Amino acid sequence: MQKSIAVADGGQARPAPRPNLAGRKIAGRALIAIASLGGLVVLLVQILHTTGTIRAGFANWRPILYAYLVWSIALGIGQVMIHGERGQRALFLLPAVLFTVAVVIFPTLFGFYIAALDWNLSSLEGPHFNGLDNLVALFNDAYYWNALGNMVFYTLAVLAEYAIAFALALLLNADIRGRKFFRVVFLLPLMLSPVAVSWMIGKSLMEYRFGPAATLARALGWDNPAFFAHPWIARISIDAMDAWVSIPFIMIILLAGLQAMPKEVLEAAKVDGANGWQSFWHVTFPIMLPVSVTVLIIRIIFKLKLADIVINVTAGGPGGATDTVSSFIYRVYRDRSNVGYGTGLAIFYLLLIVVLLSVLLRLTSRWMQKVA
Amino acid sequence: MMSTLTPASATARRTRSGLPAKRIAGRVLIYAALLAWAFICLFPIYWTVSTSFKSAVDVTQGHLIPWLDFQPDWKGWRSIGLSPDTILRTSNPRDEFLSRFENSVITSVGASLLALVLGSLAAYGLSRFRYKFAWMRNDDMLFFFMSQLILPPVVLALPFLVLYKALALLDTRFGLILLYTLTVLPIVIWIMRDQFNSIPIELDEAAFVDGLSVWGAFLRIILPLAVPGMAAAFILSLVLCWNEYFFAALLTSTDAKTLPVMVASQTGSQGINWWSMAALSSAAIAPLVLVGIFLERYIVSGLTTGAGK
Repeated sequence: MQKSIAVADGGQARPAPRPNLAGRKIAGRALIAIASLGGLVVLLVQILHTTGTIRAGFANWRPILYAYLVWSIALGIGQVMIHGERGQRALFLLPAVLFTVAVVIFPTLFGFYIAALDWNLSSLEGPHFNGLDNLVALFNDAYYWNALGNMVFYTLAVLAEYAIAFALALLLNADIRGRKFFRVVFLLPLMLSPVAVSWMIGKSLMEYRFGPAATLARALGWDNPAFFAHPWIARISIDAMDAWVSIPFIMIILLAGLQAMPKEVLEAAKVDGANGWQSFWHVTFPIMLPVSVTVLIIRIIFKLKLADIVINVTAGGPGGATDTVSSFIYRVYRDRSNVGYGTGLAIFYLLLIVVLLSVLLRLTSRWMQKVA
Repeated sequence: MMSTLTPASATARRTRSGLPAKRIAGRVLIYAALLAWAFICLFPIYWTVSTSFKSAVDVTQGHLIPWLDFQPDWKGWRSIGLSPDTILRTSNPRDEFLSRFENSVITSVGASLLALVLGSLAAYGLSRFRYKFAWMRNDDMLFFFMSQLILPPVVLALPFLVLYKALALLDTRFGLILLYTLTVLPIVIWIMRDQFNSIPIELDEAAFVDGLSVWGAFLRIILPLAVPGMAAAFILSLVLCWNEYFFAALLTSTDAKTLPVMVASQTGSQGINWWSMAALSSAAIAPLVLVGIFLERYIVSGLTTGAGK
């Protein structure tokens, strides 16, 4: 926040330059050059200090962070001085770009590096390079592939969540009494933390001995209501909890789309003699298609990160039946301290997701063009 | 089960002039579905809050209705030092709870604000101007921001652990704020860009004619109109940050531990007391439940402006 405010002030203080344009440009370039140089010097000093070449240096790398901040501000001010109006426009985008680059690019690249290491925190040897060994081990890791298989199920379950959420959005958009009440109530699960939900539902409501859900199941004739003992039932139970938390999100976006929909279209369909099902299928659903695709993709992305509930309720059990990739890697980190291998698994997963999502995006955009 | 109700509700809405019997049946179905789902949403919350007032016997016998079934008692709240009789005395569990609570508030509000500032600026830029940086144009930049959403926490977890150790940011609130900002920034940009796209560009042009600079037009004219979207983006960010568990579990240990980590660590311990666990869960979800109840309309109205585009 500091960064962007400082940058914003820089932009405001300087009106579009007119007279000594050339001088201003040179000053701007000089400012950026000095800042870059200063930043590099700080970086170099710290690198040399860490490698033990020189004595002088800082206790930790924190000053690099400050140097980056100063450099960013200088870059922003310099942009305005060099490009004037265009620089002021660039200032809108610059803070977010600089922030994201700083926080994402380096850690991700670093992740690729760690992924190629044989690094176990509990072994005394410390990290050493082992190339593609982690990748080979990964292909032979049945538990990892099992977790990936579970992800297919969890991802497909998004479609069911979407159907329920659409039905709820239609209900809320219908001509009903107490709409405000129902809207608030339907939204509430979204507000709850998955960790709290793990306990509230997974560990107490669905508790085998005296959880109300188990009592209800017994009353309905299920003698042995163990929600987390049989693989498929456990998987569905986990997904039900995740769905409970996230259906409101899909619902609220769809509801917003429904409310933005022009009323005349439905009126016209009614005049044409369409019944409820026809006007939903031929009018509402196609109009809602872009919103639906957006919310489905966002939901799938979030689903692919599912971990909290699994970690806290079943820890992947029984026998890995409920494991997600994230919860599996979490255990590789925590129980086996095998950080090199764990990061290798994570990076492989990331690449898999990127490929899958780009195929999905390509397919949907082509399909949307055909439909529209 | 719910999806089969869709046609029924749609029919009920549109055949107002149809047979009264059919219409009544439709109405009944709609309200039955609404009440059923309201029950599904509310029961777990009710169960948790009521359990925090139960003693062991009431839990095991599955008593549900206070005063009728069981005699409510401050047991659960006493165990975390928040019951009326313990609130004035010193209590270690309460001190711990309050410090986690404070961490959660500071990190989630801080990250949401930071994301809102960065995201609104970027979204306005992407919505109004055409950028070109190397091969990247506006759509590429938007994709760049949105693609951050894809990164699974497991990919970033270890690099951040090592990085934060070097930067002395491990177990600090500031470190968590930076990380949370990263995770919610795409959502903010997504909502705010829709919001700015729905504000006519003629307003900007009129402001330029009046002699305002680009930033003047943004700050004085456009931003006040974008408040609904900002409210929605802020609340959604707040929800995501408040509930985040994975990074907090890995990157904090004593000082900056947040509420979800505390709740999770209590769940894992053996022989947990249902009532104290329920009290802790209730206290942890209470702030956001209140946010949901009182600020719900801002979420919907903020999202509605952009969703039609």
